[in-house]
Amino acid sequence: MKRGRMLVAALVAVAVVASACGGTGGTGGAAKPDVIVGSTNFYEQITLGELYSQVLEANGYKVTRKFNLGAREIVEPALESGQIDVDAEYLATLLAFVDKDGTIAKPTTDPKATQTGLQKALDPKALTVLDYAAATDQNGFVVTQATATSKSLKKLSDLVPVAKDMVLGGPPECPQRPFCALGLKNTYGITFKDFKPLDTGGPLTITALDGKQIDIGLLFTSDPSIVAKNFVLLDDDKHLQLADNIAPVVRNALLQKDDGTLKRLLNSISAKLTQPELNDMNKQVAVDKADSKVVAAAWLKKQGLIK
Amino acid sequence: MDARTVSALASLARWLTDPANWQGSHGIPVRILEHIELSGLSVLVAVAVAMPIALYFGHTGRGGFVAINVANIGRALPSLALLAFGLVIAISLGLGLGFWPTVFALVPLAIPPVLTNAYVAVREVDRDVVDAARGMGLSESQILRSIEVPLGLPLMLSGIRTAAVNVVATATLGALVAGGALGRFIVDGLALQEYDQLMAGALLVALLAIVTEVSFAALERATVPSGMVAIR
Repeated sequence: MKRGRMLVAALVAVAVVASACGGTGGTGGAAKPDVIVGSTNFYEQITLGELYSQVLEANGYKVTRKFNLGAREIVEPALESGQIDVDAEYLATLLAFVDKDGTIAKPTTDPKATQTGLQKALDPKALTVLDYAAATDQNGFVVTQATATSKSLKKLSDLVPVAKDMVLGGPPECPQRPFCALGLKNTYGITFKDFKPLDTGGPLTITALDGKQIDIGLLFTSDPSIVAKNFVLLDDDKHLQLADNIAPVVRNALLQKDDGTLKRLLNSISAKLTQPELNDMNKQVAVDKADSKVVAAAWLKKQGLIK
Repeated sequence: MDARTVSALASLARWLTDPANWQGSHGIPVRILEHIELSGLSVLVAVAVAMPIALYFGHTGRGGFVAINVANIGRALPSLALLAFGLVIAISLGLGLGFWPTVFALVPLAIPPVLTNAYVAVREVDRDVVDAARGMGLSESQILRSIEVPLGLPLMLSGIRTAAVNVVATATLGALVAGGALGRFIVDGLALQEYDQLMAGALLVALLAIVTEVSFAALERATVPSGMVAIR
């Protein structure tokens, strides 16, 4: 009986000491809000989501991952309504998405100006765009090596005389997007014979291009299959594609609950994320089929962002 | 009806009556034909696979339980997974995107109702009639052809009807793998945030499913043998 009581007393003492240690050890521990990191539905977004998640987790944040949610049409409203707190975005495309008519700001080829404009458009939505990375992921139009040779294509302007016999493939929304078929028509005066709705720079577009079901496809400039399949990326000589640098977009509500650490951590990723670094990670995940979790962790370690 | 419902219905009506949506290789008539072609072929393949099995087991009365349960796996497999699997197979066989991956996903969906109904249709034929036929010297294949199949035909058709309606509704998935058909309007409508297009696609699929249902129901009534009409 007596021994039992002493044991209880000892346990209580240990618990008190332990909790006291926890309190003094984690400076600012109370100021770390839970974070839900979201992403759209392709490998680069999941890798970026992992980068954000892991750097936050390594610094004591509790992170919930909501990846692969769908297109921006689903993810952006999810961010606005607080179903997610952070996601990786692309400056110009997001600006064109949230401010469709360009009444607040128009995206340009300059990332700094585009970021400033984007922030203006995000203010009424209580969202903040943090520092952008050097890495971009822009729309790129690609053809097979055979097509490039036979039609002597190097840049998008070269398409003008031959496009009427070519079928374009891309995401279903392409015909009405200013950075896709609509932009090619308005900026270059290019009109194709037909459009085939496929996917957003994914296996359907690559397969259709490879199998000659389409003559030209919309892929992303950081797509690893361009190298793997020996596709030719046509140069955007009239600058249709705007500054789509990668940047984290965060809910203001989350930033207000935080002591500034979260902002600093996410910006530290942008500071290190160059195009070769991004493309290398994309290749590892998409071609070598490495786990994006592992790829992200290795990269963060290499950059000294986590231990 | 509130204002939003009215405006949604108005934009749906506008989309459906816009002549531009009825023309060309992306127009409604082409999509309907593609949908019928896709669904029709899938159901035909399912009938070709399921019917001989059902008739054999139904006639012999052996092993039918096993056949039905194996076929029922088709019901449990998610069509979306089959579609993805079909896409991988079609690409490796050089069959391309769209049509064949979708057929691959739809056939397993159509087999269970065809097989189950055809099996039951044969089993449920009055054993006295079959025994009488056998007593009169009819061969087994004659019994199947002139007794069991005609008497079981309405029930068999009812199985094909269930399969066809399921297939018509599910063929919309084909648009996810770059196929045509009416699913195109739904997938593209979502991608473009054109909800009138999306709703029109859904409505057209529903209408096609109803037309399928009604046509098969009429066919079933027409195929009831004259001797059995009075019983109904």
